[in-house]
Amino acid sequence: MTEPAATPGAVTGVAPAIVPAATDFADGEWHRLHPATPLFRGGLAFIAIIGVLIVNLRDRFFELFFGDQQVNLPPTGGDLESDALDFIVREELVLVALLVALGILMLLIAGFYFSWRLHTFRITDEVVEVRSGILFRTNRKARLDRIQGINIGRPFVPRLFGAAKLEVTVAGNDANVPLAYLRGRDADALRHDILLLASGARRETVVNASAGPGVATGVSGMLDERVSELFAPELDVDLTAPTSVVRMNPGRLIGSTVLSDTSVVLVVMLIVLGVTIALTGEFFLLFAMFPAMIGIGGFLIARITRSLRYSIAATPDGVRVGFGLLSTTNETLPPGRIHSVKVSQPLLWRPSGWWQIAVNRASRSSQNGAAGQQQTTILPVGNLDEVRAVLRLLLPEVTADENVPVIELGLAGRGTEGGFTVSPPRARGLRWFSRARNGFAFTDTAVLLRTGAIWRSLTIVPLSRAQSVSVHQGPLLRALRLASVHVHTVSGPITPVLGALDRRDAMRLFDDVAASALRAAQSDTSHRWRQQ
Amino acid sequence: MTSTEPLSTEPNGTEPNGTEPNGTEPHRLERPETEWLRVSPKYIPVDMVGTFIFGAIVTAVSFVPFWFGWSEGWLVGVGIGALFLITLALTPRRVRAIGYLLRDDDLLFRRGIMFQRFVAVPYGRMQLVDISRGPVARAFGLAELKFVTAAASSGVLIPGLPFAEAERLRDHLVAVAETRRAGL
Repeated sequence: MTEPAATPGAVTGVAPAIVPAATDFADGEWHRLHPATPLFRGGLAFIAIIGVLIVNLRDRFFELFFGDQQVNLPPTGGDLESDALDFIVREELVLVALLVALGILMLLIAGFYFSWRLHTFRITDEVVEVRSGILFRTNRKARLDRIQGINIGRPFVPRLFGAAKLEVTVAGNDANVPLAYLRGRDADALRHDILLLASGARRETVVNASAGPGVATGVSGMLDERVSELFAPELDVDLTAPTSVVRMNPGRLIGSTVLSDTSVVLVVMLIVLGVTIALTGEFFLLFAMFPAMIGIGGFLIARITRSLRYSIAATPDGVRVGFGLLSTTNETLPPGRIHSVKVSQPLLWRPSGWWQIAVNRASRSSQNGAAGQQQTTILPVGNLDEVRAVLRLLLPEVTADENVPVIELGLAGRGTEGGFTVSPPRARGLRWFSRARNGFAFTDTAVLLRTGAIWRSLTIVPLSRAQSVSVHQGPLLRALRLASVHVHTVSGPITPVLGALDRRDAMRLFDDVAASALRAAQSDTSHRWRQQ
Repeated sequence: MTSTEPLSTEPNGTEPNGTEPNGTEPHRLERPETEWLRVSPKYIPVDMVGTFIFGAIVTAVSFVPFWFGWSEGWLVGVGIGALFLITLALTPRRVRAIGYLLRDDDLLFRRGIMFQRFVAVPYGRMQLVDISRGPVARAFGLAELKFVTAAASSGVLIPGLPFAEAERLRDHLVAVAETRRAGL
C-alpha cells in the first residue's frame, strides 16, 4: 500500500495535523514514536561502527599524541587504510575529507530524523494503523476485533532509557503491527486503551480511563522513575496492579531444566562421547557433536534465565504473561484467543509433581517467551495447584469448579472414571502402557484428550475455537476395528490427535465435536469480551 | 437453520453405508448419511494421468542404482513400478469414494478406501475458498475446490468438480458462511 486515502479521523492533505505525543494515544489522531527510536533501532550499530573505526585507527591516535616517540607505525606502503590517510594529509585534502565525513553524517542524521518523523501511528475505534518509510511508504492497518494479543518488549538497552516496544499481534504470517519504541509508561497506557477499544467498550470510558499517573519531575525524579521501571516486574495504568498467581521458584526452575528431556539428550551425548574417546582415543566425534551440544546447553541456560522472572496474572482484558531477566517481554492474551491448551509431564518430573502448560494461538509474536520459542509455553514449570490456577486464567469457562475433578482425572487418572472413554483392550498392541489413559471426555464447553502413560499429557480444546474435526482409519487400525480422531486447531506446538479409539467411539467423538463446535461457535462472544 | 439447497441430487450410491457383505461386525468406518454428492467420473482419467506421470518419473529414478551397476537394483525399480500400477488400477474406486455433503451448518467430506478420512467443517469457519484447475483437469472441464480454514490440517480439497458446479458450490459456500459468521 502507498499513501493512505484521506480518512475521516485525520485532516486531509499530505501532512495531517499531528498532536504532540500525550498519554491519550487512542484518540484517533496520528502520533509519533519515542524520539530516541532511531538510536535504539539503528544507532547502536552506528556507534559500533565508530568503535571499530577507532580501534583500527588506534595507531594513528598514538602517533597524533605521542608523535615523537614513534610507536610501531606500520611501514609505508602497508595497509590501504593508512595509505588513504597518508594520501589525504599529503595532498592537503583534510578539509575536503572532513567536509565529506560531515556530509555523510548529516545525511545519516537527516535520514534517521525523517524516518522517525514519517513513522506515525494512530488508533481509531476500528483499527490500529501505522505509516512508515521515507522512499517506500508502507501503511499497515489491523482491525481491533482481530487482535490476538499485545506484546510489550523491553530489550535491555532501550529498557535502560525507559523505552519499550509494543507489538499488536494478529493472526497470520508476519501480520503483526510493531510500534517500536515508545516510552515505557505510554506503552502500558496504550496497551490498556487498545484492549479497551477492542473489547467493545464505548469510547467515553476510554478517555476517562486513560489519564496516566502523575509524572515525576526533575532529574532525580526521572532517575527514580527509571530505577523503579527497571525493577518493577509489571507496570499498569490500572490502579489495581495485577498480581502474579504463580511465583517462580529458582530451585524448581533449575531442577526442572536439569530433569527435562533436553538435558537427558545432552547427558546421553556426553556419555557417548566419553565412551568413544575412552575406547578409541579418537576425537572426531567431539568435533561432530560439539556444535549441537553448545546449542542444547545454550537453550537450557536461556530457558532458565528467561523464566526466572516469569509472571502470569489476570487483567480485565485477558491473561498477562511476562518473561525475561534483562530483556523483558510481557504479553496480554485477550479472552477467546487461546485455541488449545496442553498440560504435560515428562517421566522425570513425576516424582516432584511438576507440569508444563503450552498453548496454540493464532498469532506469531516476534518476541521470544520461555525456552526461546515463540510465546507458546505459558507455564514453564509448576505444581498441580499452579496448573489449576493457570488453567483457570486461560480457560475460565472450561475450568469451572464442577469440571475440576474431570480435568484432574485427565492429568493423572486412568480408566473410564470421570466420564472418560478409553481405548478398548484390543488396542493394547498400539498403546502398550497408556491404553487405559488414552481417551477423551467432554465438558460443556471443551473436549479433553488424554494421552500417554510415560509422557503424560492432557490436551484441552475449547469447542468454540475448534476449526474442524476429522476421523481417520488406515489398514492397521481397520484390522483392529479402531480409528483415530483429529480436532483441527490453528497450528502450534499442540496437535490434538487421539489415536487407537474404538471405531464407534471415534465416530461418536467426531459427531459430538462437530455438533458441539457448531453450537459453541454460534454462542461465542468472547472476541468482544466487554460488550454485553 | 434453513435447509440448504443441494447442488446436484444424484446419490451415486456405489457404496451404500460401507457395510461389508459378510455378516460379521464391520471393521470400516461407517456414516449414517447415504446421499453423498460424488465427484464427476471424468475425474478418473485426470487422476490417472497425474498418477501415471508421477509414477513414471519415480520409477525411472528408482532404476538409477541398477544402471550404476547394482545388479539386484532392478528389484527396487520393478517393485515401485508395480506399486504405482496397483495405485493406477485402483484409481476408479478411489475416485468413487470421494464424496461431500452439505449439511445444515457444516460441510462433511470423505475420501479414501484403504485410508478412510471424514472431515466436518462448519461453514462459519471458512477463511477462503479456492478454485484451481490444472492443465489436464482443464482439458476435461474440471476444477478442484479447496475450503480453507484457520487450521492448516483441515485439508478439505474436493477435486473433479465440473467447472460450473465448482463455481456454484463456491458461491453457495461463501453465502452460507456469511450468515453463519464465526470468529477465528
